[in-house]
Amino acid sequence: MADALFLAISVLTIGSAIAALEMRSLVYGSIALMGTLGGVAGFYVMLDSPFVAMFQLAVYVGSIAVLILFTVMLVKRELIFKKIEDPKRKFAGIGLMLIVILALGAIIMDSGIKTISTDSDPVDFREIGGDFLVYYWPALILMALILAGSVMGALVLARREDTIENEQ
Amino acid sequence: MSNELIEFVLVSIALLGIGIYGLSVKRNAIRMLFAVEIIVNAANLNLVAFARFMPHSGGQTLALFSIAIAAAEVAVGLALIIVAYRMYKNIDIADFRSLKG
Repeated sequence: MADALFLAISVLTIGSAIAALEMRSLVYGSIALMGTLGGVAGFYVMLDSPFVAMFQLAVYVGSIAVLILFTVMLVKRELIFKKIEDPKRKFAGIGLMLIVILALGAIIMDSGIKTISTDSDPVDFREIGGDFLVYYWPALILMALILAGSVMGALVLARREDTIENEQ
Repeated sequence: MSNELIEFVLVSIALLGIGIYGLSVKRNAIRMLFAVEIIVNAANLNLVAFARFMPHSGGQTLALFSIAIAAAEVAVGLALIIVAYRMYKNIDIADFRSLKG
């Protein structure tokens, strides 16, 4: 059975995921998204994967959340609070969510996953580091190039051309 | 290990459902990006949970790659939103129907 810590983290994660989508202000919404991402990091710690949890905290809670906050700040004030949605579409969305959750939940509960539990020791994070350097180094280099390329692409996209013309 | 695999998988399904709801209902581009992030996190949680219960380092490695690629995706996505905001002065995706030139 799930223990109290697990229940607390899952309530935090799912609750703040709903809050991130439903809060009126985008700023509070992005702070609630930080709660979701932090809760997932907590799950990683519970799953004995401190390396992934650290990465999650550094990349998601640290950089992505700040990036989103800065983008929200660049948007006009009225748009941050404006909430435009079709009530009919909202009911359809809730129905779709329930169908997905119930169908996938029924399939999972019916499968053999329910009985899986483990007593084995967790994977040592030194092993992951070794794997990265021995087996996955080409993928690591490729990923570095993709990251550099995408950041450059983002900078080129978001560059303002009109300010340069004004200075001239 | 006091928790079972099924519990983590159920949390992940709940996150996936919330993400799908957000993607289908919200019209605010930034909120849709939130929904995408929630779905990506549900997938990563699944990867790490399965990797823990069939002890193998592959799942964690794949989750690390996935987190890094998600960072790139968010950077480009937010830049696109800023460009669209500058063109249309709005972040409602219903206004982005004619993204030409």
